[in-house]
Amino acid sequence: MHITLNLSSGAFAGEIKDISGANVFDCYQCGKCAAGCTVGGYIDDTPTKVIRFIQLNQRDKALDSRTPFLCAACNTCSERCPMEIDVAKIMESVRILALKEKRKPERDVAVFSELFLGSVKTTGRLFELGLTAGFNLMSGQPVKDAELGARLFRKGKIAIKPAMSGNKNVKQIFDKSEAVSGSSSKEEKAEH
Amino acid sequence: MNYGYFPGCSLHATAKEFNDSTKLVCDKLDLELKEIDKWICCGATPAHTTNQELGIALPFANLQLAADQGFDTVVAPCAACFNRLRSADFEVKHSGYTAERVGYITGSRTDINVRILHIIQLFRDEYGYSRLKEVFSKPLKGLKVANYYGCLLLRPSLVMKLDDPENPVIMDELTNLTGAESVPWAFKTECCGASLAIPETEIVLDLSKKIIDSAKNAGADVIAVACPLCHANLDMRQKQIGKKFGADYSTPVLYITQLLGLALGIDPSKLGLDSHLVDPYPVLRAKNIL
Repeated sequence: MHITLNLSSGAFAGEIKDISGANVFDCYQCGKCAAGCTVGGYIDDTPTKVIRFIQLNQRDKALDSRTPFLCAACNTCSERCPMEIDVAKIMESVRILALKEKRKPERDVAVFSELFLGSVKTTGRLFELGLTAGFNLMSGQPVKDAELGARLFRKGKIAIKPAMSGNKNVKQIFDKSEAVSGSSSKEEKAEH
Repeated sequence: MNYGYFPGCSLHATAKEFNDSTKLVCDKLDLELKEIDKWICCGATPAHTTNQELGIALPFANLQLAADQGFDTVVAPCAACFNRLRSADFEVKHSGYTAERVGYITGSRTDINVRILHIIQLFRDEYGYSRLKEVFSKPLKGLKVANYYGCLLLRPSLVMKLDDPENPVIMDELTNLTGAESVPWAFKTECCGASLAIPETEIVLDLSKKIIDSAKNAGADVIAVACPLCHANLDMRQKQIGKKFGADYSTPVLYITQLLGLALGIDPSKLGLDSHLVDPYPVLRAKNIL
């Protein structure tokens, strides 16, 4: 049997390459990334499988996979890939594209990221207490880690007030990053 | 020579003992750390997994600040900050396209040269092992240490350039210099799940349990770390791990700077040994270190 792949320029692999710089067709599915994956026991699709989705232009399957959201970004896969494919960066790229399309196969991870970045955008530094309290509310677990929080408080490890960086450039960095990221075009990238 | 100090958000809150012990040790060694004025969060994992440009621009803006403030070297004790700073620098240096974008986003020049060192590199490469050995006044004899490197400190090795990604030795070398004994163990470069701790706590409890088990099986009295996320997951969550797996978990987790501080004869409470959730005093007393 013959399978013909349609690898036209609009294919999903091209979108991934634009963000990650990685060529998914270098992957011959050896499975080394899957074998060493930190969250291997918690994902349905191994990194190998996500890469296969991309190779086969199965955009929805890749973007709705939980794997890129559960990826701990530990880089074990990228470090060990015999073809030197930056697998972690591919997972990151799939996640970035999924978020752009408001897909959140792992809602809690996406909510955590949003709150984290919201905190940094406001003051320039992360407010840990605000982040955890906000996450508990948004995820419907108001008393999550409450006992741990109380112990940390007694140890003086919880800052009550947000830390201020005093840096006036932060909001601009966020706004321009968002604008630039949205305007990304292949032609522009091709020049470099 | 003074170094631009980038503490990062954790070191001003949950990891304050990492901040305190870093400063005390550097003071003692006459390594002058000067905090970069108006530093901002590196964005950690949430930034680079949400928006690639943001994930580079946030850390790079700190390198620009450091350069503007006259520093030629930045020192970061947090493995995650260190990783993001080095990654941003690498991306900007290796892609004119990225450099152009980052220059536009930050509104500042990108042709800067700032060295980025992790705090343990400062001890190995700037201060040097031979001098260190001479200044340690209180040997930590008899203490068995499992040095936990985790992920962000080492990988990707092409960018971090700190040590071998599969069998790193820098923390073991520092530990051995203090007179303590570093034990060989299997999980030194496994990942604890880091940023998944809040949204996916159960995964992190499982991963951290395996790491602590591996250290205990190797005969370690304590685990040493060089990252506030590793510490948060291994120390703070040990009670939850014990509850989940129905066993007693009480292996102290110390920052490597605390071990070095003890060997330098610095007061343990000033090093923040009181602020861990797993009390390290019993083990250290049993070994006649305190």
